[in-house]
Amino acid sequence: MQIYLPIADLPVNIFLVLGMGLAVGFISGMFGIGGGFLMTPLLIFIGISPAVAVASVSSHIAASSFTGAITYWRKRALDIPLALMLLSAGIVGTATGVWLFTELRAVDQLDLMIGLSYVTLLTIVGAVMIYESLRAEIRTRKGKPATLRRPGSHTWLHGLPFKLRFKRSKIYISAIPVWAIGFIIGFVGAIMGIGGGFLLVPMLIYFLRVPTATVIGTSMVLTLVTMASATVMHAATNHLVDAVLALILMVGGVIGAQFGARTGQNMRGERLRLLLGLLVFAVGLRFAYELGVKPDDLFSLRRVRSE
Amino acid sequence: MRRLSLTLPLVLLACGLKPAAAERLVVSLSNHRVAVTSSFIGEDLVLFGTIEPDAGKTALRAAYDLVVTVTGPPETLRTRRKERVLGIWVNIDSREFVHVPSYLAVLSNRPVAQIANRDILRRLQVGLDDILLPQRIGLDIADTVRDDSFRAAFVRLQTQYGLYRQSGTAVTFLTPTVFRAAIPVPANVATGNYAIDVKLFADGAMVTRTTSALEVIKTGFEQYVAEAARDYGLLYGLIAALMALITGWFGSVVFRRD
Repeated sequence: MQIYLPIADLPVNIFLVLGMGLAVGFISGMFGIGGGFLMTPLLIFIGISPAVAVASVSSHIAASSFTGAITYWRKRALDIPLALMLLSAGIVGTATGVWLFTELRAVDQLDLMIGLSYVTLLTIVGAVMIYESLRAEIRTRKGKPATLRRPGSHTWLHGLPFKLRFKRSKIYISAIPVWAIGFIIGFVGAIMGIGGGFLLVPMLIYFLRVPTATVIGTSMVLTLVTMASATVMHAATNHLVDAVLALILMVGGVIGAQFGARTGQNMRGERLRLLLGLLVFAVGLRFAYELGVKPDDLFSLRRVRSE
Repeated sequence: MRRLSLTLPLVLLACGLKPAAAERLVVSLSNHRVAVTSSFIGEDLVLFGTIEPDAGKTALRAAYDLVVTVTGPPETLRTRRKERVLGIWVNIDSREFVHVPSYLAVLSNRPVAQIANRDILRRLQVGLDDILLPQRIGLDIADTVRDDSFRAAFVRLQTQYGLYRQSGTAVTFLTPTVFRAAIPVPANVATGNYAIDVKLFADGAMVTRTTSALEVIKTGFEQYVAEAARDYGLLYGLIAALMALITGWFGSVVFRRD
């Protein structure tokens, strides 16, 4: 059944899009991430322009992270003060990202920037994840504990000023790295159409030493607010949010996430991390291939305005 | 205004519009208004017409040629060209096509190149090769030669999208003086007023011309969404975000496991 997408301006098969929502939702539920880094490329590959894909996926991620955040809220596995602290910088990052998005679009370099960001970020993060999980796997084989660093150990980040105490996460840390992380996630999310969960969770664990009990819930609150505000900002400045597309994705995503979460619970953490790492790395390589191979048509059109 | 009134007759003369044409064109369109709904997959309009001698002055000629040009509302588009830089393909050069038709169909009973010579086609702007497609070049706005790579790519891409077309078989003569033309309206057309220009040729020269018009309106939910996104961006964004929250909340309620 074909449905016409009003903003993307093309007809798509409703079941294809719903299926994509389900598949990505399944993966996101399994790994506890938003899945934007998979959804945005998939939409681009079926012919939706990168700009519309990025803008529409932000509202899709807002929906799936809200479902997740409610679940973690019920379990009291959220650190609200930490989330608010990250958010204050996250919103600024999102606004900066949307501004850069608009500027790049005006000079016809947006698609390139999206492609390059995907290649660099995903290949690096994917490679690090594969490496870390393989190392942990080898350690457990040898009978050593899987954790690489003791949670109590201090880094140079703990020497920075403006220290704050976050009771639920039981950490005492400077506000500077918290703000920096919030800004980066907000910025990258607006440019790439990703919630940034797969980046944020490791960052919170490695840099801020946020315990695993609160890390996913807190990350989901940040994702929810940055993506909801990215939706509003993309709609207000670039008019690129396709609500029909977003709604189909959301419905598929929310359902798929439930089944994914059940599958994920039956798998070992290290194995999950390795799989996610491979997935992230593969998407990065796909984008690298896209940039390097000669396009079928060197020319493309962009509508500047209709009179 | 004075200058315009002086140049207008000259332009008309240059276009070959003889004041006392021997023939008259009478045309009728099957439908003057196309409503694009969400299930719209394109439609063919039919233009019917006859060639009549003007008040019985002259006998009709043996053979006629007919060219129907349908022009959609104007828009400005940018054509971009990729080049290889440091191993990756990047949009390097671009040209803006200013105020060009969003839809353009040149329909005739045989290829336009056989109907009249290049000079006449150029003067009358008949055919995709000879229609004026002004580009912004520096501070100037001008049309380029027809084999300019950006112009050729622009026409090729618009043709791929089904928005530009040229057909030498779309007009059929049912009798030597009665004709019909099929005007295809694809699903991705812009809304607005479309001008239909019908030119009658005989022996390589234009004999007479007439005009008609059609209107494309979009109706239904999709159009409502598109208009809301364009005109009320902020409100639309807030509603989209709210929709996300409701869907998310709904998901957590429906699938609550505890």
